[in-house]
Amino acid sequence: MLSAQSLAAIDREVAKYPADQKRSAVMGALRIALVERREAGKTPEERCLNTEVIEFVANYLQIPPVAAYEVATFYNMYDMKPVGQYKITVCTNLPCALSGGVNAAEYISKKLGIAIGETSADGKYTLLEGECMGACGDAPVLLVNNHKMCSFMTPEAIDKKLAELN
Amino acid sequence: MAVFVNGVIFDGIDTSAQDCWKLEAYVARGGYQALRRIIESKMAQEDVIAEVKNSGLRGRGGAGFPTGLKWSFMPRSFPGDKYVVCNTDEGEPGTFKDRDILRFNPHALIEGMIIAGYAMGTKAGYNYIHGEIFEEYELFEAALDEARQAGFLGNNILGSDFSFDLFAHHGYGAYICGEETALLESLEGKKGQPRFKPPFPASFGLYGKPTTINNTESFASVPFIIRDGAAKFLEAGKPNNGGTKLFSVSGHVNRPGNYEIPLGTPFSVLLEMAGGMRDGKKLKAVIPGGSSAPILPGDVMMQCTMDYDSIAKAGSMLGSGAVIVMNEDVCMVKALERLAYFYHEESCGQCTPCREGTGWLYKVIHRIAQGEGRPGDLELLDSVGNNMAGRTICALADAAVFPVRSFTKHFRNEFEYLIEHKKPLVDHKWC
Ligand SMILES: Cc1cc2nc3c(=O)[nH]c(=O)nc-3n(C[C@H](O)[C@H](O)[C@H](O)COP(=O)(O)O)c2cc1C
Ligand code: SF4
Ligand code: FES
Repeated sequence: MLSAQSLAAIDREVAKYPADQKRSAVMGALRIALVERREAGKTPEERCLNTEVIEFVANYLQIPPVAAYEVATFYNMYDMKPVGQYKITVCTNLPCALSGGVNAAEYISKKLGIAIGETSADGKYTLLEGECMGACGDAPVLLVNNHKMCSFMTPEAIDKKLAELN
Repeated sequence: MAVFVNGVIFDGIDTSAQDCWKLEAYVARGGYQALRRIIESKMAQEDVIAEVKNSGLRGRGGAGFPTGLKWSFMPRSFPGDKYVVCNTDEGEPGTFKDRDILRFNPHALIEGMIIAGYAMGTKAGYNYIHGEIFEEYELFEAALDEARQAGFLGNNILGSDFSFDLFAHHGYGAYICGEETALLESLEGKKGQPRFKPPFPASFGLYGKPTTINNTESFASVPFIIRDGAAKFLEAGKPNNGGTKLFSVSGHVNRPGNYEIPLGTPFSVLLEMAGGMRDGKKLKAVIPGGSSAPILPGDVMMQCTMDYDSIAKAGSMLGSGAVIVMNEDVCMVKALERLAYFYHEESCGQCTPCREGTGWLYKVIHRIAQGEGRPGDLELLDSVGNNMAGRTICALADAAVFPVRSFTKHFRNEFEYLIEHKKPLVDHKWC
């Protein structure tokens, strides 16, 4: 179900923990699975985690599927719902709001024609509001697909970023 | 933007240099000398701990607990596995210092953790890294590889009989994992729900083994303390408040960023370093220690110095050192509404007073902000808060209540006005 490359990456996670504590690797393994699905998926439904892949990860780590499922639903960066090719998460918490975080979210929302929480009809973008990313000094900040942080996202910088993604 | 002044952790770093994080650059700045000295002189574990105690270093993660004292609680001679764990799950709104430590000086943290491992007789450590900073996680992994190759990590470090290895664990989006026992659960591959204490991590920590958890900045201060001496660190701050501290300044200032300055520096000086108020607006209020710390009016802040004792005397907490600056255009009801939403979102839900209480706080503040507040709402906020604080497994519930109490105390007129007139006293602008 997962590529050899993903499995090798999961093995590297497993190696970080004591031999009898493979469960510790479940967070990393789910992240790796999600990245593979995001990159390979052609539709929003194919880009998120689902029960089959979660079960696969659980079996691979020899833990009960429910243990992996609990983790996938507890941490909010695991996409459990259909998601666009580019998931954009804008921090709107107070420190960022004071430096344009809310304005940035509104600007993107207008520009893409989708409300916060929505995915565009072509399945290209999902726009979300996020909590503090520990980068408030760089506000406005946003994350693209969980792993790429973009700093100082003024309207001009947003235009540039969206053009790049297009 | 990152600015460092007279730093201990950022001493001599040119953060604009691409390679400033690398081992070679760290060694050129005097890095790994402390570890080398400890190992070559076979320094006694208790002497390392005594040095940290004497430095006056207090935990930089929020609670300000003396680090050396915490280390002395570890059962050093316990024969089984023991762990040191670093908390880089920086998610307290306003705090962004640990990310800069990972980006610009990861080896200071690595060296600090190795020294901690030596002092407490542990063979392994983990650094738990906030989910949203994946690039820093990858860079930290690269720094670990460098340290391993150079013989600072692994078996028989620098030819001694001391062995220690260190690994990075990446979170995936849960503020609560910053709470140390939630962090341990998460590190074990479970939901990040805080544990009942006692037992404390020093006796029952990761995988049920003795564990010491410190913040990134706490560990990263240790190499300096050992290399240059406890006295020098202590002198860099003020009595009972040893060292320099990283302050993350955000909000309505001209130059948001991290400032590493001696504890005890006047707030007015820090504000000036950060370029003063943006657009020359008037300072209205400051949250001096991250979103969980009580807010203080601007004029009170202007009388404070930036250290644990002065900020506590003024009625707030130095917390993580996140200084959130607000100008006269901010409606305090709107500001509090956003924070209340955050705590409601992030409650892990296992204690009823927190799960229900954070929901109530948000609901009531939201309706006041919408101009739909009812007479008695401020009293309602009070009573909900009283039923939460101190009645839960972890301090998130208290962290949710502190802002409510302090906002409604210092800026009560704005709340009353909005409830009575259905419109805000301040024509709110975020920025
Ligand atoms: C809700 C909550 C969130 C916390 N978040 C963090 C955090 O992001 N980083 C951190 O170092 N400590 C955080 N703490 C404090 C830790 O529980 C712990 O006290 C700290 O990591 C100990 O390190 P120190 O003694 O070096 O400060 C948090 C505590 C609570 C209750
Ligand atoms: S106080 Fe809140 S966050 Fe802490 S354990 Fe209880 S429910 Fe979870
Ligand atoms: S509040 Fe947005 S990154 Fe911290």
